[in-house]
Amino acid sequence: MSAEASAFERVLASREIVIVCGPGGVGKTTVAASAALMAGSQLGGRVLVLTVDPARRLATALGVGALGNQATRVPDEAFAAIGLEPRGELWAAMLDTKASWDDLVRAHAPDDEVRTAILDNPLYENITRRFVQSHDYIAMERLHELHATGDYDLIVVDTPPSRNAIDFLEAPRRMGDFFSSRLLRWLTVPYRSRIVTVASRPFYTVADRVLGSDFLRDIAEFFVLFQTMHKGFVERARAVERTVGDRRTTFVVVSTLESASVTEAEFFIEALAERKLHLGGLVLNRVLPEVLRQRGGATAARAMVKDAPDLARRLALPDTDPAALSAVLADVGESYLNFRVPATREAEMLAELSFSADATVQIPFFDDDVHDLDGLLRMGEALFRDRAG
Amino acid sequence: MLLDKRLLFVTGKGGVGKTTIAAALAFLAAREGKRTLVCEVDATGGLAAAFETAPLSFDEREVAPGLHAMVMDTEASLREYLKLHVRVPLIGRIGPVARSFDFVANAAPGVKEILIVGKLAYEVREDHYDLVVVDASATGHIIGQLAAPSAIRDLVQVGLVRQQTEWMLEILTDPAQTGAIVVATPEEMPVTETLELIGQLDAETSVALAGVVMNRVLPELFGQREEAVFDTLLDHRDRLVGELGPGAEPVLAGAQLAVRLRRSRAAHIARLRAGLPPQVPLMNVPFLFTRTHGLRTTHKIGEALADEIFTV
Repeated sequence: MSAEASAFERVLASREIVIVCGPGGVGKTTVAASAALMAGSQLGGRVLVLTVDPARRLATALGVGALGNQATRVPDEAFAAIGLEPRGELWAAMLDTKASWDDLVRAHAPDDEVRTAILDNPLYENITRRFVQSHDYIAMERLHELHATGDYDLIVVDTPPSRNAIDFLEAPRRMGDFFSSRLLRWLTVPYRSRIVTVASRPFYTVADRVLGSDFLRDIAEFFVLFQTMHKGFVERARAVERTVGDRRTTFVVVSTLESASVTEAEFFIEALAERKLHLGGLVLNRVLPEVLRQRGGATAARAMVKDAPDLARRLALPDTDPAALSAVLADVGESYLNFRVPATREAEMLAELSFSADATVQIPFFDDDVHDLDGLLRMGEALFRDRAG
Repeated sequence: MLLDKRLLFVTGKGGVGKTTIAAALAFLAAREGKRTLVCEVDATGGLAAAFETAPLSFDEREVAPGLHAMVMDTEASLREYLKLHVRVPLIGRIGPVARSFDFVANAAPGVKEILIVGKLAYEVREDHYDLVVVDASATGHIIGQLAAPSAIRDLVQVGLVRQQTEWMLEILTDPAQTGAIVVATPEEMPVTETLELIGQLDAETSVALAGVVMNRVLPELFGQREEAVFDTLLDHRDRLVGELGPGAEPVLAGAQLAVRLRRSRAAHIARLRAGLPPQVPLMNVPFLFTRTHGLRTTHKIGEALADEIFTV
């Protein structure tokens, strides 16, 4: 390690919560785990990585999965196996949506009766499992709760796959709004009283025709129960929102240099700026190696394709059929010219990026997916390599 | 044959190229003379880009001869549904209520999903199109959508919605009419998620798996004999540098990368094939070096799919 901290290292050192987000399929989970590994091993303190849906081998490597919401510590022996003597502790936890919702209900239900009624309600399971936004909300809620325990110096959180990368930013507000909404009052009207207001009558006529009154009553019953938690939930949602906007929190956007990913990442970065949220890092993952666009490479490759037979004869390799060598030379040259196209396109894309974060980092293309501590370390070294801001 | 079905849901892990594959399949079907509709469920604008056309809306628009495209909008779907099925004279007055209804649709289990699936199945039932191709939601959301009609049927005892689920299920559960296509790339997570999704499709929905598309397959650089020759060439790289100058070094490094990539990816392809039921076709689509998006790509991937579909 050089004396001066890299830009990414400074981001990790100065924040308490790092939220890793970006388009689907770009390696968010691995980047989050890798950043946490680097912070825990090099910066020290107690670091937690909260992952949402890790690949099984990665989950195994981190020792999470079987324990639901419980955080587990990555043992020092695991670090020793990859030649590291960690300065601090690395903890890992997986987000268990159902268990987190149950915890939330337990914490906010006014009494045992309501608590049991909610947890046993058939709609409850459906909503927590299927209501897409419930995943977004619960991830943020869990983050807030873990931070509030004061047990960790740094929490790195991986965000759930969303339809839309900014959904989870809106989730706490939406949850709070929902509980205070006119809609919820309407929904619970038939249960509370038979008096349907003028304003809500059309709604009921339609809802009744479409959903059937039994179903509507089931829904109403459920929301009446849920409304008993109204105050706690709204306060909670506001607190979660504050945590996300706190100056101790920062965002790291992960993307590849593929055009669709970059477009989505740009959109996300704008959304952060609009909400005055801090962009700590931009991680460009799986960047094709520079060797593919090195000076002189293309000329040599073209010569190999064009003069393959001649070249094969002149090389006169031992025990090698010149015709076979000629075919190989042509293939090698062709392959280089092929890979050079996306590599050049990526370099252009990088040069054109219209935004900058505190730390912009490139991670090279690894031959295979990162799924063990060794791989996380390799990725982490790349994260800490860049020093330009 | 795949394109003889009426309703195809194209799904897969985020980032594997679902939209491009859905667009290419639809393009191919239309070229084969089928009246085709392609619908993007999660409106991100990717489908419009695949056809180089202006932003799409809920009202379908012809983007190529015989090919119509639209994006899903559950609120619009609800309005259309109410207009068609609920002859209440207050449609004009429910403006703000319909907006709130979108929230109910969000919260009440399966309602939003059924508005999506219902609209698509409706287009099939009414014979507006020969084939409806759906650029569906990613792994994680798709099961909820496809399972919604039967979930609703179990939850709702009476009412219009319940009646509606009956005909939807008739279309969805018929493997001759409806199928799911899962898109993967030859990498660890996409392959693992594909296998998990196939298990869930089977266990939690009654929609049949019609095929798996392996997208971005790298070309094979060498056979075994050529690899031995390449190794000899690496041993004598100084001779090549002597002939061509230092530019030969990156070329050799690039070839080594290509060989390693191809090898690790071949292992993932083999893992997927081994995990698939034998009758499920696995269609390979090559990695495109020159362009990855836009109409040109849609056409090229359509051609690649044609090779696979018409020879399987």
